[in-house]
Amino acid sequence: MKLFGYKPTSTAWLGLAIITVFILVAVFADVIAPYSESESVGQTWDDPSWDFLLGTDNIGRDMLSRLIFGARMTIGVALVTTVLSFLIGTTTGFLAAVGGTVIDQILSRIVDVMLSIPLLIFALIILSVFGSSIMTLILTLAVLDSTRVFRLARAVATNLVVMEYVEAARLRGEGLWWIMRREILPNALPPMISEFGLRFCFNFLFVASLSFLGLGIQPPYADWGGMVRDNGKAISFGLPAPLWPALAIAMMTVGVNLVVDWILSINSRPSGASAEM
Amino acid sequence: MTRDLNETILKLTDLRVEALSGAVLVDNVSLELKRGEVMGLIGESGAGKSTIGLASMVYARAGCRITGGKVEIQGEDVRTLDAEGRRERRGQRIAYIAQSAAASFNPAHRLMDQVTEMPISHGLMTQAEAQAWALELFRALDLPNPDTFGDRYTHQVSGGQLQRAMAAMAMSCRPDILVLDEPTTALDVTTQIEVLALLKKLIRDYNMAALYISHDLAVVAQVADRVMVLRHGKMVEVGETGQILLEPHMDYTKALVAERKAADKLAMAAITTREKPVLEGLDVTGIYGTFKAVKHVSIAVARGETVAVVGESGSGKSSLARLLVGLLPCVTGEVKLHGEVLPPSLKNRNRDTLRKVQLIYQQPDVALNPRQTIGEIIGRPVEFYFNRSPAEVKARVAELLRLVGLPEDYAGRLSTALSGGQKQRICIARALAAEPDIIICDEPTSALDQLVADEILKLLKQLQDTLGVGYLFITHDLGIVRRIAHRTAVMLQGEIIAQGPTADIFAPPFHPYTEKLLSSVPEMRTDWLDEVLAKRG
Repeated sequence: MKLFGYKPTSTAWLGLAIITVFILVAVFADVIAPYSESESVGQTWDDPSWDFLLGTDNIGRDMLSRLIFGARMTIGVALVTTVLSFLIGTTTGFLAAVGGTVIDQILSRIVDVMLSIPLLIFALIILSVFGSSIMTLILTLAVLDSTRVFRLARAVATNLVVMEYVEAARLRGEGLWWIMRREILPNALPPMISEFGLRFCFNFLFVASLSFLGLGIQPPYADWGGMVRDNGKAISFGLPAPLWPALAIAMMTVGVNLVVDWILSINSRPSGASAEM
Repeated sequence: MTRDLNETILKLTDLRVEALSGAVLVDNVSLELKRGEVMGLIGESGAGKSTIGLASMVYARAGCRITGGKVEIQGEDVRTLDAEGRRERRGQRIAYIAQSAAASFNPAHRLMDQVTEMPISHGLMTQAEAQAWALELFRALDLPNPDTFGDRYTHQVSGGQLQRAMAAMAMSCRPDILVLDEPTTALDVTTQIEVLALLKKLIRDYNMAALYISHDLAVVAQVADRVMVLRHGKMVEVGETGQILLEPHMDYTKALVAERKAADKLAMAAITTREKPVLEGLDVTGIYGTFKAVKHVSIAVARGETVAVVGESGSGKSSLARLLVGLLPCVTGEVKLHGEVLPPSLKNRNRDTLRKVQLIYQQPDVALNPRQTIGEIIGRPVEFYFNRSPAEVKARVAELLRLVGLPEDYAGRLSTALSGGQKQRICIARALAAEPDIIICDEPTSALDQLVADEILKLLKQLQDTLGVGYLFITHDLGIVRRIAHRTAVMLQGEIIAQGPTADIFAPPFHPYTEKLLSSVPEMRTDWLDEVLAKRG
């Protein structure tokens, strides 16, 4: 079977399967979950049983149901954040590379200033000033994260801008937008896609740390990172509770990266390189 | 070690090299090399010259492997040795000189350290011995200040000097056999002649054998005793150099020889009734930082004529092109198109101005976006300048592809699937799509093989006849100038030192530099190099 004209490798299929399952779970959370997201149905850290397949959490909510609803929140927030941050970061990064010294200097120095402030503290300040709704959370994270994307996009594009096909486009009189979109973007995709996989994982770990500090996803909504933090103490009692959300995070990360690896391998395949090269 | 003159030191028998994909790169090639003998390997890219050169060191590039035949160095089959044994032979018995010296040296180390690295690491010499030997080589290779030359870094020496340093590196273990892979191709003609003479002397003085790989018959003729002509990995013809040059047996060799000889003839007479110039640069100067790349140059091109700009690398030829199109704003003088003064910077020129002057690049690989289809690449100027509908664009793309001699169904392909010559045709089609008055060609054939380059030149000429477009043709190759240029300008250090109808430029009285350039172009005679050197003293 082929996907977008390419045949996925076996590891790519595994990654695709993991992602598909998680996304289906996230979409149909209401149907699948045995209990509701916020209701206490048992004791603190009950062992797994037929009633609670993965046991209960620190305040007696069903672990499996929380994981299922958590998928929605975690993947949703991280995905939207990452997509948004790539939209902002790639556009500005390309613009800095293509648009000339003045634009580059202005954008790069703004980004330098933002990068010089620790990410977590920056996020804390903004979220405590504007309050932590899902919307502000996503916007804040996206803007902060886009500074990292900007760096990469600018670096990649700087190498492409000097290529003669870009010069040819300039000589033709093409505008900046066309050069960014048609000449630079298709050639910058491979590194950008791999970065997307990485930043997606970082983002959802970052949401977790914010949740721990009380500024991330607010209770009663479940998110995997928050669940690891909430149930962390159980480890010292020899209970597996925090391992379930941690496992979910790990699987999602691995799944995304397997697919990213495959996409990269398509792009790095030699095309028309002669044996004499 | 005895140095018996008649001893065969390198013998390849039925050599076969395959790519991992199964394609046969070299098939059934055999050769014998005696001490003191130089064998020239001639062919186009893809002919397997370099592959044979490397295979004689029992080395295959990544993705290739030697699948058959014998490689014997002084009677010992090196293919049967283990990795350690092979490693010992390489460098010590047989050494390799690559085309691009700049890419073969590590810019972070001093030259001396790199030249002496091999004998020291092989345990053949102490550091002091290795350095003394390196100094001797530097002297033998006529490098400036040989005593301190080794203290320099790669960026502190010129291309010709670096190529000689590379020869010193290859010689560092006193090998018996040298594999020279296009050692002078990247050099200017005037530098090439020096390096060629020194390499020849080196091989003779130290009584070595050499494989000399080149695409240029005239160059090989100067150094090789025998020549092997290769095509698609197979031997076409082997013979004494004189025989190959004068009486080639096979059709392919005849084509190669004929094509090389055609370059010596003057083909284009100056157009007597010149039209009004379309593109003019008047007294233009271009600077990079504080460096004046182009100094007060005036040049003009009319429709239907070809004006060649010749010079060595660094003479400002390409900068002149960049000035005219506005990529490099001129600081003095002005650029005129149809008599109107153009704004110095590209940004302020309007679309129709840009359309009328197109540029073709030297490297078609980087001039075409690898992620766009041919149809998109050629169609864009049509859409951009003429606002055509998608159907009209498609029809025009097909027409342009036909014009440059490519099948119409190439429109759906990516440029990465094409050969160098085909890519250059696409570049030409893209330039024509704008329906320009003038096309500036920046060394459009120097990255191509001889026969392919010849086809491209013919195409350009034919397009000029049918469409009446004017060319500003930048090149370092005087052979090309003779064949296509109505008028010629010779550039040296940013200035035009001679300009006029090509026939006048190539006839006495010469400017001294023009004469030097002309006399440096290798001719198809085996004794040419010796003659020129004798004449120059």
